[in-house]
Amino acid sequence: MAKLMAQNTTARAAYDLDQLKQLVGDILQQAKDLGATSAEAGVNSEAGFSVTVRMGEVETIEYNRDKGLGVTVYFGQRKGSASTTDFRPHAVSETVRAAVDIARYTAEDEYAGLADPALMARDIPDLQLYQPWDITPDAAVEMAKECEAAAFAVDKRLHNSEGAYIATHSGARVYGNSNGFVGGYPSSRHSLGCTMIGRENDEMQRDHWYSLSRNPAGLEAAVSVGQKAAQRTVERLSARKIQTGKLPVIFSAEAARGLLGHFIRAINGSALYRKSSFLLDSLGQAIFPDFIEIQEQPHLLQGLGSSPFDSEGVSTRERRIIEAGVLQGYVLDSYAARHLGMQTTGNAGGVHNLSINHQAADLDALLRQMDKGILVTEVMGQGVNIVTGDYSRGAGGFWVEGGEIQYPIEEFTLAGNLRQMYRGLQAVAGDVDRRGNLLTGSWLIDEMTIAGD
Amino acid sequence: MSKPSLELARAALLTPAGLSESDLESVLGQMLGRSIDHADMYFQSSRHESWMLENGIVKEGSHNIEQGVGVRAISGEKTGFAYSDEIQLPALAQAAKTARVIAAGGHEGKLKAWSTRDGQQLYLPDDPLVSLGADAKVALLKAADAEARRIDPRVTQVIATLSGVHEVILVAATDGTLAGDVRPLVRMNVSVIVEQDGRREQGSAGGGGRVDFSYFLDQDRGLGFAREAVRQALVNLDAEDAPAGNMQVVLGPGWPGVLLHEAVGHGLEGDFNRKGSSVFSDRIGQQVASKLCTVVDDGAMVNRRGSLNIDDEGIPSGRNVLIENGILKGYMQDKLNARLMKMPVTGNGRRESYSHLPMPRMTNTYMQPGEHNPAEIIAAVENGLYAVNFGGGQVDITSGKFVFSTSEAYLIEKGKVTRPVKGATLIGNGPEVMQRITMVGNDLSLDAGVGVCGKEGQSVPVGVGQPTLLVDGLTVGGTRS
Repeated sequence: MAKLMAQNTTARAAYDLDQLKQLVGDILQQAKDLGATSAEAGVNSEAGFSVTVRMGEVETIEYNRDKGLGVTVYFGQRKGSASTTDFRPHAVSETVRAAVDIARYTAEDEYAGLADPALMARDIPDLQLYQPWDITPDAAVEMAKECEAAAFAVDKRLHNSEGAYIATHSGARVYGNSNGFVGGYPSSRHSLGCTMIGRENDEMQRDHWYSLSRNPAGLEAAVSVGQKAAQRTVERLSARKIQTGKLPVIFSAEAARGLLGHFIRAINGSALYRKSSFLLDSLGQAIFPDFIEIQEQPHLLQGLGSSPFDSEGVSTRERRIIEAGVLQGYVLDSYAARHLGMQTTGNAGGVHNLSINHQAADLDALLRQMDKGILVTEVMGQGVNIVTGDYSRGAGGFWVEGGEIQYPIEEFTLAGNLRQMYRGLQAVAGDVDRRGNLLTGSWLIDEMTIAGD
Repeated sequence: MSKPSLELARAALLTPAGLSESDLESVLGQMLGRSIDHADMYFQSSRHESWMLENGIVKEGSHNIEQGVGVRAISGEKTGFAYSDEIQLPALAQAAKTARVIAAGGHEGKLKAWSTRDGQQLYLPDDPLVSLGADAKVALLKAADAEARRIDPRVTQVIATLSGVHEVILVAATDGTLAGDVRPLVRMNVSVIVEQDGRREQGSAGGGGRVDFSYFLDQDRGLGFAREAVRQALVNLDAEDAPAGNMQVVLGPGWPGVLLHEAVGHGLEGDFNRKGSSVFSDRIGQQVASKLCTVVDDGAMVNRRGSLNIDDEGIPSGRNVLIENGILKGYMQDKLNARLMKMPVTGNGRRESYSHLPMPRMTNTYMQPGEHNPAEIIAAVENGLYAVNFGGGQVDITSGKFVFSTSEAYLIEKGKVTRPVKGATLIGNGPEVMQRITMVGNDLSLDAGVGVCGKEGQSVPVGVGQPTLLVDGLTVGGTRS
């Protein structure tokens, strides 16, 4: 990483935590000087690069260096916000002033304000989120070439590629507020991926595979990523259409992550206080079957969703969200919590490493349990209505019979209602996809409407 | 490339940093010295403001300032890219040095003399943020809230937002391009929740364009969004389960043009076709849609959300016929892909910001009107779906499969529009669906100015439009089989 910095657009390090803390302190002081009764500010700074290789040649080398600061000021119950990417003193002052100007026009909002000072993270555990990758762009190009070459070697029907990429970024974030809290930590993210195109009988299909990790040592080998991208593409060739009807459906681990995501959106405080969720007033209700447990673990070492405090400085804590199928808690920041007469759950900015337990050993076991139905590996479009729970999305995947994959299928839709889909969850497999903040294996749902020919 | 826009861009981006055109020449010249085919610099400054009303009060407002310069060097098919949020000569020179590491082969290029031309002025180069005082912006949102609640007591929630962007860009390139643009963009949206007997539904409407905030006061447009959002939500209160299966689908005029954006638009972007990854690759001159279809991408429409005086590479935007009477005529190009494909540039090189690379993107994409009265089209359907409003869509440009999801749709029974049905996703294969367009209405309209198109992580504002269309067979993803 150090080597990259030396040749980057400016000769500074990716971040300097003390400098960022100093900047937050300055912003809060300026807000106070302008008469704000309270204020909060967040800054971040990140640098890195990405390379893409296509058909064995370098396609792009991009150097990234991004930073930003945001400030929210409160005058009693009125608030205003502003942000900028320019850290020069006059720009910072202008930004604070812009936030103050806006607060002159916003209305008194009884729920507005900083989070309860008693909930601030007192000590900030080292979650080992900063694991820089000492790789040069040239070495990354070689690795991406190796990845794509391994993909092409899998099958001669792979005639084309959208390329392989490597990206590495690291930086830091700092948050502070006028209740005296200031905290920050560095973090890194590295990824490696490949997208292949195959052809058979005038039909083209593409698919991809990628690896994502905070730690370069946690990345899947380039050859393996390429081979998986290739296998997934080849498996989709000669896809057929299917008949309209009602069938059991397995969502692969990748696709099931979306179902977990919709659940989180539906129990998010802003959807709840706006009465825009199908899971309104569902605390203590059975949302899933009784064998389902969903937990949040914000402090997993090197976790992609790990964070010692949320975006209001509130200490994050491990908790059960679903216990024996029953909803134990919502996903709240302090604003939504005040609306609902509750306390923040430390989820300003989102959830931190959500995982669901599994009952089936792996995808094969789940396929056997389903016997006949469809395996969905990709969903398309935005047809998810969180207000009603109505679900209708385009999909692609495989026809399953006798507990085994038979052939690829495409151009069909899946429809149902999320409330019934969650209740109809038969089992989760242990093939957990760890490339994100929502950790789940494949899901078997009892029945959905499939629309095809 | 109107001179006034270039003058304004110089004043906003170069003058404060003490940068002269000879500084730009020297930076570009150094890059060319390394056997680079093309190099350019993209200076950008943008200010964004937004206001949000909820629970009857304007509770949030925000202001964002962003500026920087992106430097790109191209050698053959290779691109090197770096950017800086400091518009200063040392940072610019450093970014240029970083970007040109890409150069290996390539031929010796020559820096061409600056060429600036008087260009089009599709929108005024004014700052929309100051077009209305903060009090008036707050009042506009409150009026929309009051209007929504006045119309129907079943309205339980109203969220109204108002946002505006004032963006100034300047492009300087080794091919002699020196161009600037000042781009206003405003947007208003109203979304409501209605409730009846424990059932909740939502409705949402909005619009905008490259105009100023007075646009929402003219013709009571802002209040119109509130009325339209309530109307849609109330329709959905009565909606039954949507049907499942393949059937005839009539698409309404305007925003349902998202069909064209997904079914053909993305597949006709130059980068995918150069790489052979699009289902439309190597098909110029072939019949790719029914003879009734003529599809155009036009970035030169006055005041439209997707319009640009010049694209982000300094090329004047224009009207490009993509499909004429069903025959594929051409692709949308940026400089890189046009050069590699030996095709003309089309003014479709766009980027989200200085920190992103340009690529071929749509502007305002629509289908030309046909000869049928919309009522005739509906009357021609025995049993089918009439879809008039959509959320969004998505496409896999390689297989051609695309989806778009209805937010307001009705059953057609024996040639008549009957009952409303719940939102459903429609899925099809682009070239196949385009071949099945059997009737085209005479009622072309464009959307109200709400589109955001995402591609490879970059978002840009776009427009879509179409007349009423009959698709003779499309898969409808309802729950009633």
